[in-house]
Amino acid sequence: MKNKPVIIDLKNISVSFENQKILNNISLYIRDGEFLTLLGPSGCGKTTTLRIIAGFLQQDSGDVIFEGKNINGVPAYKRQVNTIFQRYALFPHLNVYENIAFGLRLKKWKEDAIKEKVSEMLTLVNLKGFGPRRIDSLSGGQQQRVAIARALAVNPRVVLLDEPLGALDLKLRKDMQIELKNIQQKLGITFIYVTHDQEEALSMSDTVVVMDGGEIQQIGTPLDIYNEPKNAFVADFIGESNILDGVMKEDFTVEFNNIKFQCVDKGFKKNEPVDVVIRPEDIDVVAPEDGMLQGTVTSVTFKGVHYEIIVDIDNFKWMIQTTEKSEVGDVIGISIDPDEMHIMKKSQYSGLYGDYSSFSDEFDELSEA
Amino acid sequence: MKKSSFAQKLMNAPYIIWSVLFIVAPLIMVIYYAFTDSTGAFTLSNIAQIGDYATTFVLSISYGAIATVICLLIAYPFAYFLAQTKASFQSVATMLVMLPMWMSFLIRTYSWITILGESGVINSFLGLFGIEPLQMLNTGGAVILGMVYNFLPYMILPLYTAMSKMDKSLIEAAQDLGCNKFYCLRKVIFPLTIPGIASGVTMVFVPSVSTFYISQKLGGGQITLIGDVIEGQFQTAYNYNLGAALSLVLMVMILICLGVLNYFTDSDDDGGVLI
Repeated sequence: MKNKPVIIDLKNISVSFENQKILNNISLYIRDGEFLTLLGPSGCGKTTTLRIIAGFLQQDSGDVIFEGKNINGVPAYKRQVNTIFQRYALFPHLNVYENIAFGLRLKKWKEDAIKEKVSEMLTLVNLKGFGPRRIDSLSGGQQQRVAIARALAVNPRVVLLDEPLGALDLKLRKDMQIELKNIQQKLGITFIYVTHDQEEALSMSDTVVVMDGGEIQQIGTPLDIYNEPKNAFVADFIGESNILDGVMKEDFTVEFNNIKFQCVDKGFKKNEPVDVVIRPEDIDVVAPEDGMLQGTVTSVTFKGVHYEIIVDIDNFKWMIQTTEKSEVGDVIGISIDPDEMHIMKKSQYSGLYGDYSSFSDEFDELSEA
Repeated sequence: MKKSSFAQKLMNAPYIIWSVLFIVAPLIMVIYYAFTDSTGAFTLSNIAQIGDYATTFVLSISYGAIATVICLLIAYPFAYFLAQTKASFQSVATMLVMLPMWMSFLIRTYSWITILGESGVINSFLGLFGIEPLQMLNTGGAVILGMVYNFLPYMILPLYTAMSKMDKSLIEAAQDLGCNKFYCLRKVIFPLTIPGIASGVTMVFVPSVSTFYISQKLGGGQITLIGDVIEGQFQTAYNYNLGAALSLVLMVMILICLGVLNYFTDSDDDGGVLI
């Protein structure tokens, strides 16, 4: 992926609506054939970024470069990018065949070439024989497949996907994730995917762009984003994190809970305040006397593969995922390997995330839905 | 489908009574009068006389058709642009469109006499520049103007509804697939607003064809439409039988016109779009 040429380059893009900044100086490049995901909570500017690439929206300042050419002001219908819309936007007055053929007819393809392409697309999305069907006779999943076929039929260089699986139920969504990824790899087309679902982003993407408040928080591979989050927002948004207030005493030594720990990070100033991220699955539960820290279990939830326990250590509630069973009220010790501690510079998000004192499973599920 | 209970049937009763009293019964009476003579005996002579009014029928339908086309040409772009404005502006604008309907149809039509007449507003203004009074009143143009003016809101409102209901992402999808503005209109917006066009055309064409007041006031007796003839049969000639026969034939002709329209605009479904 690294040696592929850049296909889209966004330079210093800013957009405001009614004096409210939606995008604040976004710069981002996308390589040919890459599966890139714009990930963030609603209102973070991810869809706006997509609409600027599609040409539905003009940026206030900055440049959109497509294969080295500035395409500011080029209308959507002249761009070599196609969008798969959140609610599919299939033409209700046309049947499946005509929906897929729509773009080809505009390109003045010959009728037999259209026929061939449409049947190729229907095969690709597993809808063989659905050509004459009416759009409103299809299920949500089938409509989604038609939308994919319609966008891919015109041989786009880049496909933009705006939360395409958001309206599908969980099982179907998982299947479609795999299918979309397969299609993308088979055709070798660049996909720019917008989602607020971090799991979807991690499992499908080559590159994840985490956004919040109209700014890019971090760009990296799914592994980088998970293992080396840049700030508390990224650490919290991607997976679960315990984020502690710490001080970097010197290279390879960090202090939190008034105890010095060995770590693998360096390059900070002496005594620089930092955020320390420790993933719940990286913490080992041990006997109290063997632990680096000791605390009291305040809640235990069985999750199938593991237990999720909340432990109060010096009035800070940690989340720990472990296969060891413990009971509420138990005093336990915890042990953390030096390379499981990730040190981040302080940011505007410090102190906002990473404490499970107000944690409730139900609340978490509600906010994800 | 569940069978409706007695209570549900009872709820429908007022509607059924209303329909029978004001739709079915008058229709039966029209048919009865059309096929009987003044003594009440069955006859086809009323229908046989229709041939004498062929030119009036043609004139009425042509005037109605012209007025409908003009309304469509004005209302379509108007509704299109209106649907794209801010929501607050849309509600004000639709209210302004409906505002004339709050006044009596008769008064509104009458006021055009004072605008178009020989000493009316326009001619007085032209007189300031030494221009001779134009003959505007009592012409076919004045009658068509009256129809367009009176029935335009009935064209705008269904079109506006159809346009504002349309999912905006469909237009984006069309642009995305390579449609410029013109193709967007032709391939997506137009086909999706056909139900609105069909109901607008119906609501303008039907009253235009059968009007008598507009042609009397703005045509000044020079233009006789079929509505005038029918009114004359009931009001002055007291020949209810011929009047009913004319009405019946007019009704059939309108139904045929709308049937033809539907045949061309119906995209294999959307059965109940009329009205």
